[in-house]
Amino acid sequence: MADVAVQQHGVTAAYEASLFGTYSKKIGMWLFLLSDSLTFGALLYAYSYGRISTPNWPTPFHSESIRNATLMTAFLLTSSLTMVLAVRASVFGNSKAVRGWLLATMACGTAFVILHGHEWSNLIAEGLTLPVFPAVPGHEASKEFADVSKTVPQFPATFFGLTGMHMLHVTLGVVYLGIIALRKKFIPILLGLWLVAWLATPSYSPFHYGAHVLLLAAIVCGVIVFLKPKVYDSSDVEVAGLYWHFVDLVWMFIFPLVYLMSTRIL
Amino acid sequence: MDAVQVAIAERVAEQHRHHGKAQFFYVWGALLLITGIEVYLGYQNMEPVRMLSILMGLSIIKAGLIIGYFMHLKFEVSRMKWLTMSALVFCLAMMCIFFPDAFRILHLGVR
Repeated sequence: MADVAVQQHGVTAAYEASLFGTYSKKIGMWLFLLSDSLTFGALLYAYSYGRISTPNWPTPFHSESIRNATLMTAFLLTSSLTMVLAVRASVFGNSKAVRGWLLATMACGTAFVILHGHEWSNLIAEGLTLPVFPAVPGHEASKEFADVSKTVPQFPATFFGLTGMHMLHVTLGVVYLGIIALRKKFIPILLGLWLVAWLATPSYSPFHYGAHVLLLAAIVCGVIVFLKPKVYDSSDVEVAGLYWHFVDLVWMFIFPLVYLMSTRIL
Repeated sequence: MDAVQVAIAERVAEQHRHHGKAQFFYVWGALLLITGIEVYLGYQNMEPVRMLSILMGLSIIKAGLIIGYFMHLKFEVSRMKWLTMSALVFCLAMMCIFFPDAFRILHLGVR
């Protein structure tokens, strides 16, 4: 492989090229994604294990849930397209287009999280729940879902564990892209989103406490952008894009395995 | 980033500049189309193992498109492609070791 010629202290020098033909930040992100894919792999395998070993595995997803999940998939796929267009704009140095495409990606990601949250809330209200979730006051649980939570507790445990982990990744991905697009201007927006998410959700909702993830993210991002302020270049956009596409990729396995394989056919 | 990293990043960016925009739209269209086929199959009264095989096959095709085109792995050096993907496939395949136990529970029950 050809060496890399660089100018350092006014002297042109040749350095041995990277083993993987790319810069360290990108290799670091690939390594993180490989480790994270094993996390999701373990969760998907746990779900599949439960499904194989349980003869009366429920198929609770009716057409409304499948429509919702299909729309969520379309949002994620579209967000991957806008992300790749952001990467393309960044290598041409078009910072205005980069910001626009990143904001479009964030909008699709946010739509995904909102739709998913809405679906979770519906399922919990109908009785498909975990012991750690508070009961929804004034809402009668349907017998079918209440039975599922009692007789096949593996289903809600693996369903909420797997989709919750993915939702957390999408949320943190939106925060990551927000920092790349807007840098420290995104911190007050993030704090505003945290307040809205916290105050707009009822106290019995898991999202009431889950919203604090945004506060934690704002604190961590605040420390990072104030300690190491920088203008993010095309390599940063590309590395953020790798993370975002990975989140999309994982959903391509969750959607058929969890939703389509549990479709209720009337 | 130090000077070497900047030089490598610039070379990678130069490679990206040669990729046409249209291919990303084709991949996006193909991904949406495959998703539509998956949803259609979800409503077919098919035997679960057969359904699972088809859905997982389609998901692997989708994953290949995302990794290859959106994550640009298709355009990386072959060392990068082989080391990352073979490590991932090997580790995920190793997890299959749990499935015989799930079948044991299904067929023999738990004592």
